[in-house]
Amino acid sequence: MLTVQFLLLGAVLFCIGVYGVLARKNAVMVLMSIELILNSVNLNLLAFSSRLGSIDGNTFALYVIAVAAAEVGVGLAMVLLIYRNRRTIALDELSDMKG
Amino acid sequence: MVAADLLVAQNVGFGIIALLMIVAALRVVTVKNVVHAALWLVIVLSGAAAQYLLLSAEFVAITQVLVYVGAVMVLFLFGTMLTRAKIGAEADLNNKNWGIAVPVSLLMFGVITWVLIDGFGDERLPNPDEQTQVPIQVLSDDIFGPYLLPFWALSFVLLVAVIGAIVLARKD
Repeated sequence: MLTVQFLLLGAVLFCIGVYGVLARKNAVMVLMSIELILNSVNLNLLAFSSRLGSIDGNTFALYVIAVAAAEVGVGLAMVLLIYRNRRTIALDELSDMKG
Repeated sequence: MVAADLLVAQNVGFGIIALLMIVAALRVVTVKNVVHAALWLVIVLSGAAAQYLLLSAEFVAITQVLVYVGAVMVLFLFGTMLTRAKIGAEADLNNKNWGIAVPVSLLMFGVITWVLIDGFGDERLPNPDEQTQVPIQVLSDDIFGPYLLPFWALSFVLLVAVIGAIVLARKD
């Protein structure tokens, strides 16, 4: 198998995730797109781990998974708080800090 | 190149799973129903676990299934249900100026693809049965050896995230 096929799959997922972060208005959907981005990073880490014959990429991927789990927990708690205070999670209506 | 080195089965499997993942990821960012997007995301995450198996990283694949497909998806469905009254199709899930995101991501994809093909070209991964086979014992030696300090930091991150999530979501 080629190295570049895994890297290209990661690139496709990354760009789809970036599109989702930029285009979506719903905060939960933005968090889902961030998950796509983090998964593409993991794919790259494991591809390079396999390419170099080193175990470090696997370790990093595990750490990325753990940080992503923490990030989703805190992110959804924040979304819940915003919903409770404003009755909406549309990100373009949270413009209080706009000058 | 010997025919046995081509790994036909693995390549066909990679193609099918990659196609499935790309289609599902596109559905995640285009579908008009939040719950459906979460279910499409399950397909992407499971496909990623399968790709990790192709890269002979079994432990990461199992962790992916446990943490992402198990825990994170349940969190997403909880978040969806707690933040909206109706569960159905919605017209306005996109920003006003979402059209700008299309050329931005396409441009980014073009640049990344060019760099990757230029840099790696037709370089091949070592075959899984030669040297990339990773026993879990080596992985645990790596985590609890040179990377012990990040492991501790990570456990503190998880602790703080749990406490923070409780404090944020608690009703007073």
